[in-house]
Amino acid sequence: MRRPGRVAGLATPVRALTQRYAFLGLVALGVGLMVLGKVETPLVERVRMAVSDAFVPILDGLAQPVSTATAMRDQVAEMFHVYEENARLREENERLLQWQAVARKLAAENQTLRELARSVEDSSISFVSARVIANAGGPFVRSILVRVGADEGVEKGWPALGAEGLVGRVSTVGGRSARILLITDLNSQVPVLLEESRERALLAGDNSDQPRLQLMPALAKPKAGERIVTSGHGGIFPPGIPVGMVVLGGDGIVRAQPFVDLHRLEFVRLMDYGLDGVLPVIAPPPAPRRSQR
Amino acid sequence: MSPGLLHRIDSAARRSMPLAITLLIVVLAVVPLRLPDYVVLTPRFALMAVFYWSVHRPDLMRPWGAFTVGLLDDILGGTPLGLNALVLLLVHGGLVIQQKSFHGKSFALVWFGFALAALAAMLISMALAYFLVGRTAEGPALFLQFALTVALYPIVGWVLTRAQRAFLATV
Repeated sequence: MRRPGRVAGLATPVRALTQRYAFLGLVALGVGLMVLGKVETPLVERVRMAVSDAFVPILDGLAQPVSTATAMRDQVAEMFHVYEENARLREENERLLQWQAVARKLAAENQTLRELARSVEDSSISFVSARVIANAGGPFVRSILVRVGADEGVEKGWPALGAEGLVGRVSTVGGRSARILLITDLNSQVPVLLEESRERALLAGDNSDQPRLQLMPALAKPKAGERIVTSGHGGIFPPGIPVGMVVLGGDGIVRAQPFVDLHRLEFVRLMDYGLDGVLPVIAPPPAPRRSQR
Repeated sequence: MSPGLLHRIDSAARRSMPLAITLLIVVLAVVPLRLPDYVVLTPRFALMAVFYWSVHRPDLMRPWGAFTVGLLDDILGGTPLGLNALVLLLVHGGLVIQQKSFHGKSFALVWFGFALAALAAMLISMALAYFLVGRTAEGPALFLQFALTVALYPIVGWVLTRAQRAFLATV
């Protein structure tokens, strides 16, 4: 061991002092960042997305083998239920064939009425498919990171859809990645319509799996299991996107069970509907574009 | 190149391993696993790694290191920027002050210390999240996340012990 000289004797308290100040400086920096983020400074968002963009290749490289592995796991699990699944699908197929007949009839009728009314077909809706590359945030935030961004033309505010319905909307856009605020997040509010009772409501996330339904007329009586679709009010979401089903809680709070399993998202479709677009019918989901990386 | 320089490069690389492995853990933790409810209950892997290095090699996990780890966690996880950075920094600071209490203690005691640190981290996160996003998460989800984090610490600790023995035995 070296003999502690006079310089070392002086250096230790000096170093301790600088370290303490460095620590306090970092605390101040952390608080400062939180305040800047709280007031939604564009700079903070830009830095955030720039760092996310930088990690896209790594996250993308990791997401793909994981999704292959989970697909294999699901396949194995499905093999044990193949008979029940078959019976269920046969029954569903029968039911869907009946619906198909109804849909054909309605489509024809719709076409005739459209011609009578000379209505203009709205075809400005287009989709961008994206792989989900990060899905975390813990109990405080519900959001995902997807592997498309401004380079693919994605813009803030675009609705994000899973195969069965609404997932959320784009909250921040980077060059190669975008963050999607899920409908379950505390900051998410979606104007919706209950399909049968035609009641309007606001679907407000509260970080639980089932967002709350704040009914517009407070005395409205929603039915359990009723389908919920976007109403298009406010212009953020186009009308008619399926969202979920009404769940009546024992505590008197009306909630919605989203159609999409938000924990198991692999691909989402981001919808460009030109903000004032209308959405008469949801087109069947196209096969996820594998080439999208 | 002289052997002295090579040795110094080698030593620097080894000394940067704790921070590098911790950052890697943060990236791995956000990869979508598609397990039911996993997203909400994802154990705080970053906390485990920062705790491990702050206790076992505080000379290689500096305050700015803990802060950077938290910042990356915030950016990739989508939490308010600065939240995890501040939590990990404070946990690190607390551990450096308490360093002597862990010196030469059994694993069970270190594990207990981790449970206390995780509890403190959870409470600080809750307070900050309340200030930043309004209502915080549901109690049960938070408690399950905490329990899962504490339960998985021995596994992460074991992996990090192996890494420490492999890379840091000489530095």
